[in-house]
Amino acid sequence: MKHDKIERNLGILLVFTMLAISAGGMVEIIPLFFIKETVEKVEGVRPYTPLEQRGRDIYTREGCYLCHSQMIRPFRDEALRYGHYSLAAESKYDHPFQWGSKRTGPDLARVGGKYSNDWHTQHLIAPRSLVPQSVMPNYPWLATTELKYDDIQDRLKSLRRVGVPYSNSQAEYQRNVEEFGEDVAKTLHIPDAQKNLEAQAQSGNYDTDPSNITEMDALVAYLQVLGTMVDFKKYDDDYFVKFR
Amino acid sequence: MSQDKAATTTPKTTGHNWDGIEEYTNPLPTWWIWGFYITFIFTVVYWLLYPAWPIGDKFTKGIPGLHTITYTAKTADGKEVEKTTHWNMRAKFMHEMNEHQADQKQWFDKVAATSFEDVSADAELMQFVNSAGKTLFSDNCAPCHQAGGQGKIGMAPNLTDDHWQFGGTYDEIHETIAEGRNGVMPPFQDTLEDDQITQLAHYVLSLSGEPHNPALAATGKTLFTGAGICFTCHGPDAKGNTAMGSANLTDKIWLWADIVGTTGQEAKVAEVKRIIAGGVNRGVMPTWEGRLKPEQIKLLTVYVHDTLGGGR
Repeated sequence: MKHDKIERNLGILLVFTMLAISAGGMVEIIPLFFIKETVEKVEGVRPYTPLEQRGRDIYTREGCYLCHSQMIRPFRDEALRYGHYSLAAESKYDHPFQWGSKRTGPDLARVGGKYSNDWHTQHLIAPRSLVPQSVMPNYPWLATTELKYDDIQDRLKSLRRVGVPYSNSQAEYQRNVEEFGEDVAKTLHIPDAQKNLEAQAQSGNYDTDPSNITEMDALVAYLQVLGTMVDFKKYDDDYFVKFR
Repeated sequence: MSQDKAATTTPKTTGHNWDGIEEYTNPLPTWWIWGFYITFIFTVVYWLLYPAWPIGDKFTKGIPGLHTITYTAKTADGKEVEKTTHWNMRAKFMHEMNEHQADQKQWFDKVAATSFEDVSADAELMQFVNSAGKTLFSDNCAPCHQAGGQGKIGMAPNLTDDHWQFGGTYDEIHETIAEGRNGVMPPFQDTLEDDQITQLAHYVLSLSGEPHNPALAATGKTLFTGAGICFTCHGPDAKGNTAMGSANLTDKIWLWADIVGTTGQEAKVAEVKRIIAGGVNRGVMPTWEGRLKPEQIKLLTVYVHDTLGGGR
């Protein structure tokens, strides 16, 4: 086809432009769906519990990803500060993923367990009371806003549709028992989501105020699980090299 | 020069003519064209050296043996093995970590193999402890204990004074860092009356010479050593017990009640009452075993004890 013809015909130009752009993207992305080593074989990664998932919703709602990445790259300086590099497997149940592309604050991929619940609560209410040089905004309303979770089942059902293995039937529950063990499988059962969310908020005491379930409870529960699912002590420290 | 060229040669046009405006068809500069060809050559070289082409459920990993990385890895059971593999980001990372560790290994090995007291006595080794300790402390401890280890009232104890909630010996500090701590005090608002809590607060303030009402403090004392059961954790002399992390109430060091930042007897009493009534359920020090390496925890122990100020 003559260049002339393409340039003089907007419709054809549009189609060819789109083809050219998508070819590059497809060549890079599609093979990853088929290459077996993309997602590492590793134990421990599970979908979020209902409370953690609500915390994750709040994380995205407040735009935490704009300043915090959740992706430790395999570089020396990052490993020394943040810990083991992130695995693809660790975000396989994330919709949408929170890798981020900008670090105004530190990476949060392995923040779970690094600080106490009380620290997170106070730090989210008033970051500069603990880290004087911080430029993070205050999020005081998290501690005073009751968590809305009457729609938690719908939220989990949506995630189930895009492939996260929350169970909605006895058969699916059994499959989860086999894959994750009974304790985890129970927390992934959609009909019990409300009950599980309340139980975790009560026993976890995330915002150090057991009287009610706030958005702070959910967000801290989410932060405290980040990067803690894989027990790296069980693996040789070069185990993940062979997947690349 | 290009201007001269434009002036002396008549460029060809595409033949397109829009309202008298013609489109030139100048050839691309030669250097640019060559740059373009070189990118093709670069790509082919890249294919031969690096992971590149997807094939089915695998991908090419460069020509075997042409571009490799050798690194030393630690297995899950602690053995060191040397491995050589095709170039990839994670192997490169292993190699870089090896190099980094080689720089520090001799020092960390020495810290790991030496007793706390001998590390402390070795001036050269302490230089390493101080610089590595400062970095580790800033990354991991400062968010709670603050940049200089001065602590934060209502959050984390001061590490620069001689009072130690869970003990200030090397072994005790090491246990605190490695295994974490959980400082709890039960709330007394349901078991004691409000005026009893007031009396206790006056007694507690009297112990460290803060303003108080002596009559109320005297009643508070009988409560402290009796029905209030405070003595079971804080001891009959109110000096605390490092084995369970109960505070020494006779000194002027406060962690949970902000007595230093409060003025006036009434406000100080209210502050102490708040703690007795509500208890403490947030004195959590995280576990660092697993996040930090054993030799890093040992180094931090010496740093906290010697440089910030251990139990003396």
